[in-house]
Amino acid sequence: MSTDRIEKQILLRAPRARVWRALSDAEEFGTWFGLRFDGRFAPGARLHGVLTPTTVDPEVGKLQKPHEGLPFEITIEQIEPEALFSFRWHPHAIEPGVDYSAEPTTLVTFRLEEKTEGILLTVTESGFDQIPLARRAQAFSANEGGWAIMVTVIGKYVTHAQ
Amino acid sequence: MRSSSNAGSAHLFAALGDETRLHLVVRLCEEGPMSITRLTEGANVTRQAITKHLRVMEGSGLVRSRRHGRESVWQLEQRRLADARRYLDRISRQWDAALLRLRAFVEDAEEA
Repeated sequence: MSTDRIEKQILLRAPRARVWRALSDAEEFGTWFGLRFDGRFAPGARLHGVLTPTTVDPEVGKLQKPHEGLPFEITIEQIEPEALFSFRWHPHAIEPGVDYSAEPTTLVTFRLEEKTEGILLTVTESGFDQIPLARRAQAFSANEGGWAIMVTVIGKYVTHAQ
Repeated sequence: MRSSSNAGSAHLFAALGDETRLHLVVRLCEEGPMSITRLTEGANVTRQAITKHLRVMEGSGLVRSRRHGRESVWQLEQRRLADARRYLDRISRQWDAALLRLRAFVEDAEEA
């Protein structure tokens, strides 16, 4: 198992243009992810954002609420319309008052692939091996219980959505 | 119990956040249990320094020692290393959750 990289895939039953807008439009991205950005996504752009509870799932939004206003910073890397979108950020940067800017970032890449059933979206996040071990440890101390709750909520959510 | 296990994880990573200690872990991982004498061979630091590092890691539950004749033999506590992988599991779950929200977002909009 790689300790440097995460890869996820999901099939989205929606037109390619719709999926692309949800990823490449800063406001739309923020809506489902739970962030509000101060600018538009463009190659090389460095944007600031704040954690803003998602409205897509009120239950998850409620869990994000305690972290509302937490600052995020992302730097857009590549934008290939309707095909690829990538950016760099600091993973799990949720300690209030900590300046993460001097630390290494991870690279997040979204790839769209047309399938008969819809769009196959592949997300990769890589570069974890460069993240200081002490920083990785903080992921445990923050919200151990909170994430267990989140997983339960998501389980329920998926069942209801069917 | 939960908070004490969290504190333990923080200690674990702090214990690994040093080049000499990481090197010791790698050697114990690749070559198996060994004495301080053998661990000191090929290292740029003194036996005393190695002992000190091993004690720090012992305090984090990362390594343990047992007496073997006149020497202590050190070995890894495998379970603690497995804990280190949980970080990635955590972020992995965050992505799972985020992608489910994305799906709800793009598919719902379709139906509306």
